[in-house]
Amino acid sequence: MGGFDFSNHNRNVALHAKGMPLPKATSTGTTIVGCLFDGGVVIAADTRATSGPIVADKNCEKLHYIAPNIWCAGAGTAADTEFTTALMASNLELHSLSTGRKPRVVTCMTMLKQHLFRYQGHIGAYLVVAGCDPTGSHLFTVHAHGSTDKLPYVTMGSGSLAAMSVFETSWQGNMTRDEAVKLCSEAIMAGIFNDLGSGSNVDVCVITPEKATLLRNYITPNVREKKLRNYKFPKGTTAVLNEKVITKEDISKYVTVHELQDDEAMDVDS
Amino acid sequence: MASILPGAPQEGIGYSFSQAAPNAASEPRQHSFYPYSDNGGTSLGISGTDFTIMAADTRNVSGYSINTRYSPRLYLIGGEGPENKGARIVLSVVGFTADGSALKERLDNIVKMYKYHHGKPMSVSACAQRLSHLLYSKRFFPFYVSAILGGLDEEGKGALYSYDYVGSYEREQCRSAGAASSLIMPFLDNQVNFKNQYQPGSGTGHNLQAVVAEPLPRERVTQLVRDAFTSAVERHIEVGDGLQMMIITKDGVQEKYVELKKD
Amino acid sequence: MGSPFSMNGGACVAMVGKDCVGIACDLRLGMQALTVSNNFPKIFGINDSVYLGLTGLATDVATVSDLFRFKVNMYRLREERNISPDTFANLVSTSLYERRFGPYFVSPVVAGINQTSGKPFICGFDSIGCIDFAKDFIVSGTASDQLFGMCEGLYEPDLGPDELFETLSQALLSAVDRDALSGWGAHVYIIEKDKVTKRLLKGRQD
Repeated sequence: MGGFDFSNHNRNVALHAKGMPLPKATSTGTTIVGCLFDGGVVIAADTRATSGPIVADKNCEKLHYIAPNIWCAGAGTAADTEFTTALMASNLELHSLSTGRKPRVVTCMTMLKQHLFRYQGHIGAYLVVAGCDPTGSHLFTVHAHGSTDKLPYVTMGSGSLAAMSVFETSWQGNMTRDEAVKLCSEAIMAGIFNDLGSGSNVDVCVITPEKATLLRNYITPNVREKKLRNYKFPKGTTAVLNEKVITKEDISKYVTVHELQDDEAMDVDS
Repeated sequence: MASILPGAPQEGIGYSFSQAAPNAASEPRQHSFYPYSDNGGTSLGISGTDFTIMAADTRNVSGYSINTRYSPRLYLIGGEGPENKGARIVLSVVGFTADGSALKERLDNIVKMYKYHHGKPMSVSACAQRLSHLLYSKRFFPFYVSAILGGLDEEGKGALYSYDYVGSYEREQCRSAGAASSLIMPFLDNQVNFKNQYQPGSGTGHNLQAVVAEPLPRERVTQLVRDAFTSAVERHIEVGDGLQMMIITKDGVQEKYVELKKD
Repeated sequence: MGSPFSMNGGACVAMVGKDCVGIACDLRLGMQALTVSNNFPKIFGINDSVYLGLTGLATDVATVSDLFRFKVNMYRLREERNISPDTFANLVSTSLYERRFGPYFVSPVVAGINQTSGKPFICGFDSIGCIDFAKDFIVSGTASDQLFGMCEGLYEPDLGPDELFETLSQALLSAVDRDALSGWGAHVYIIEKDKVTKRLLKGRQD
């Protein structure tokens, strides 16, 4: 990543000063949660992305890969969570290559907070970082301004209160993997149904010292029912004034295709 | 339809959330009472040859929270007693719920008083004009609602009137109002009035014959209404929970309720 | 003055069909409520099987389309092959996020067919490069609310090229008729594995 390009910034500030609103970015209104259990950590998220009151993506992925044993749930500005976690994934990979050790969750959390603090909250990423490393299982939250928390169970995003209410009533120490998964998905469901910014499905990621398992669309409680009518149009319903067909035959004339045998194809490698 | 009150939380075209002004922190601010809120909701009405269908979702919101999953937005107007027995007029109000129910109460009173005074029920056209006057009477402190009035006219045909919040009104074939009206209205244009549809093979280019809109049967309209709402539920966060429908025919008003998605 | 996104107006929509994709745009260019041109297409060919739709501020539409023409030409010179739609999507995403703090006021849409796998591909972006991978349809522009309503109502999976054309066209035309800033005719591209059909639609001129 070559850093940010500010060349449009002055133009846009001038525009903003004349009374133009800032562009609305896709924001993940979001409920994200995390919970430690005996022998690992679980994080979970809903899958709705909104732009104002409109649902931009019904099934987006808010659980981001950082390292084989570290995953991250993101709320806030969607592009920021996406690119900040990608940047951390890349830097941690290089870091673990140079140190010859598995990346640690604290390292990840520290790099994230330093990056976000540098940008004074302008990078709108609110993250739940979780993972297992040689020092144990860890769960952190990182806010856009750079503050962090370390807790046994955490929630973030617009549905954080709905989700936290589930944790505060049902959480107990020393849970099993299955109990933690159930508790996290119930917390997300509370967000899905009680917070308008959250919706659709539940994604879960379980991380143990051995491996991380992403359970994409673990629960799908909001499948659309079948429409009552069929809305196919008969061919020719739309008025067309002009039609142009661009075929690739002109190109394929000059190309010959050879079918390769399986063993023949192998020869190229050897 | 510009905002009447200065300082009203307004963000471009379709937002119903208030956002803090970006320059709020720098200057001293006076706290003021803002008398309106937006409780979301979407309504829809379609009139046919001998019926009118009114529909609205039942979710009541403020900001990102749900106040209740069942607050009816369709009201019977006129008829007998608090149950509105024998009423033939339906009013739907979306926007600010408190204003909506106050408006409904006033119109209901007027229509009932009309019957006591004249010994006959008020016609829909008269009721429609009275509603316009009601809204305009508060021109400078308006009811923050989009209203749709449905019933049967003197000839027994479906009648539907739509309003802006200061009382400008019009009789129409179909209309959607409220939060997701921008999603539903073009769908209705296309499927009820067959806009942009031409008869296949009736010519080429400019000579194609447009499909002529004819009144649709009741069954088909009901299906369109339900599909319009299930579509709106998918893409608008303020729409959901339940769909209340009222079908007005010469035999009376039939009420239906179907569940919608709750996320 | 309104938002930069709604100064010039315009709409774009993409849909996935069975072994085909469609992308369509309106033709209006305006300054606020005044229409300046009724021939301002917002879809740009990236190569034979990848198309880019750009709505938003017209000056940025022109700048960004030229920027990607340059970037894609450089890609072809370096790699000696055409860019695939998914790779192009990532190029768009990173290019937009590079300007996170001084964005182009555009909402891009990418539609194409991956020539190696034969799979249809569509995706959309916000102005700072967040990708929306959708399996069904993508909308953008000043008529995006209307397009969401139309597409959600009319769309069904596995439409053939001709059916996809009708559904896509009807969705766009009815949507832009309810938006004061879009319309004035439309272009529709139906992309199949070895053929692209471009059609000019009759639309309301008001």
